[in-house]
Amino acid sequence: MDQDDIEMEIDGEDSLDIHVVTPGEVVTRDSAFMRGHGTYTEDETLVASLAGVVDRVNKLISIKPLRTRYNGEIGDVVVGRITEVAQKRWKVDMNARQDGVLLLSSVNLPGGVQRRKNESDELQMRTFFAEGDMLSAEVQAFFQDGAASLHTRSIKYGKLRNGSLVTVPSALIKRTKSHFVTLPCGVDVILGLNGYIWVAKHVPISPEQANQPDALYHNDNEPIADQEREIIARVSNTILALAKHNNFINDTMIVYAYEAGSSHRVKDILKPDISQEIVQTARAQFQEAQQH
Amino acid sequence: MAARLEIVSPEGLRVDGRRPAEVRRVLTRTGVLSQADGSAYIEQGNTKCLAAVYGPREPVKRAGVLHDRATINVEYNVSSFSSGERRAKLRRDRKLLEIGLMIKQTFETVVATTSFPRSEIDIYLQILQTDGGAVHTAINAATLALIDAGIPMTDYVCACSAGFVNDQAILDLNFLEESADVPTLTVALLPKSGKISMLGLESRLHIDKLEPVIALASDGCMQMKDTLDEAIRISTRNLAKTVLH
Repeated sequence: MDQDDIEMEIDGEDSLDIHVVTPGEVVTRDSAFMRGHGTYTEDETLVASLAGVVDRVNKLISIKPLRTRYNGEIGDVVVGRITEVAQKRWKVDMNARQDGVLLLSSVNLPGGVQRRKNESDELQMRTFFAEGDMLSAEVQAFFQDGAASLHTRSIKYGKLRNGSLVTVPSALIKRTKSHFVTLPCGVDVILGLNGYIWVAKHVPISPEQANQPDALYHNDNEPIADQEREIIARVSNTILALAKHNNFINDTMIVYAYEAGSSHRVKDILKPDISQEIVQTARAQFQEAQQH
Repeated sequence: MAARLEIVSPEGLRVDGRRPAEVRRVLTRTGVLSQADGSAYIEQGNTKCLAAVYGPREPVKRAGVLHDRATINVEYNVSSFSSGERRAKLRRDRKLLEIGLMIKQTFETVVATTSFPRSEIDIYLQILQTDGGAVHTAINAATLALIDAGIPMTDYVCACSAGFVNDQAILDLNFLEESADVPTLTVALLPKSGKISMLGLESRLHIDKLEPVIALASDGCMQMKDTLDEAIRISTRNLAKTVLH
């Protein structure tokens, strides 16, 4: 099967209600509509400033681009990397238009969940998060200039270990109920809405471990067996294969694609013809499941 | 004058077989690079350009931060293997820097920079093969790459060149025509409003002839707009099929 066959298969369904616009195109002349993201008004008409799909919610019209940097929303789960340790804050690279800010006051520190941060905490900030550390966090608020303020005030969030990072375009990640998933193959996946995905060994946290002062911020990986490494690599490559074919990514899609690629060797998953076949099989399975 | 190359033959054909007001074949691709936020490849005749857009992103250098809008950086480069004669690139070629600056100013008028304060948008333009009209090909490639990166712009920027020879204006000059002392005018235009955002002329042209040359170049820009728009529509539609469902 080649590219044309995929195209044929997808054509016909849903293609009618996709309204594609390009920059400078008039979306509507009706002044009853409000302008949302990706639009501007000129002479009472609503004009698109992006190439994408028109998204209408009641009277609000916005354009959804299909390839763009991450635009955060409050409550989003993101995966990021510390780029800088500054005064009472960390700067976090999260594939957005500016680095995110993680304030010292928005992290849980060892020894008591809620306590005031004092000067000694400020001095040892680098022992919690140093440059290059990966973390998962939630978008808490936005500053005036559009930079995101993050927080890790939950047991779910915090430093990431025991795994590898996969980066995909942020538009591919679908918003779902949970972005923390444990796959049937025994691998934990954190689907950051910013397009950073953390694939890691599943490590159950026992309550007494969580209370240990060192538990949150230590830098040591658990022992990972060769077999576990292979599964992590397989899941990573499966996600990359989905991204290569611009397919949306959620937990079910990863599971389907993982199953579809299970007969191939890990390194073969990213070969053009094999990845195509895997994505196609997974898509077909997903659509079938949707109809039931 | 007999030794001089005939730009337009008595039959009204140019050296590469085109009519005076005909543009070259255009081939476009978007999303060609996986690492960049947006990318495009464009061929206009034998002139080939690759564009990569990164951003809006955290500024690499602190000095470039503007508090109310994004800064745009343009790096325009011509590969040493791109022309007939291979030549080593000078480290900081003034001519390339100037073209880069010109392209930057062109895009500052259309990109909605005020929606991204304290950020930076980097545009890298690489000419892979030159056969005349490298600057306007680069501008068209940058437009495609910016749209591909999902950066808001009020309009397309379309560019084309036109020259004047044998008492008539000719469109989209190739290398032979450019190097035969034909005054060449490069125009970048915003097709929606018809405003001209860049005008470049490197040799002398009689003022009376300026108007027909601009008119022809503008017409070429409008043709470019249709080509680019078509390309963006197809790629967006194809993406929508797999990204959304």
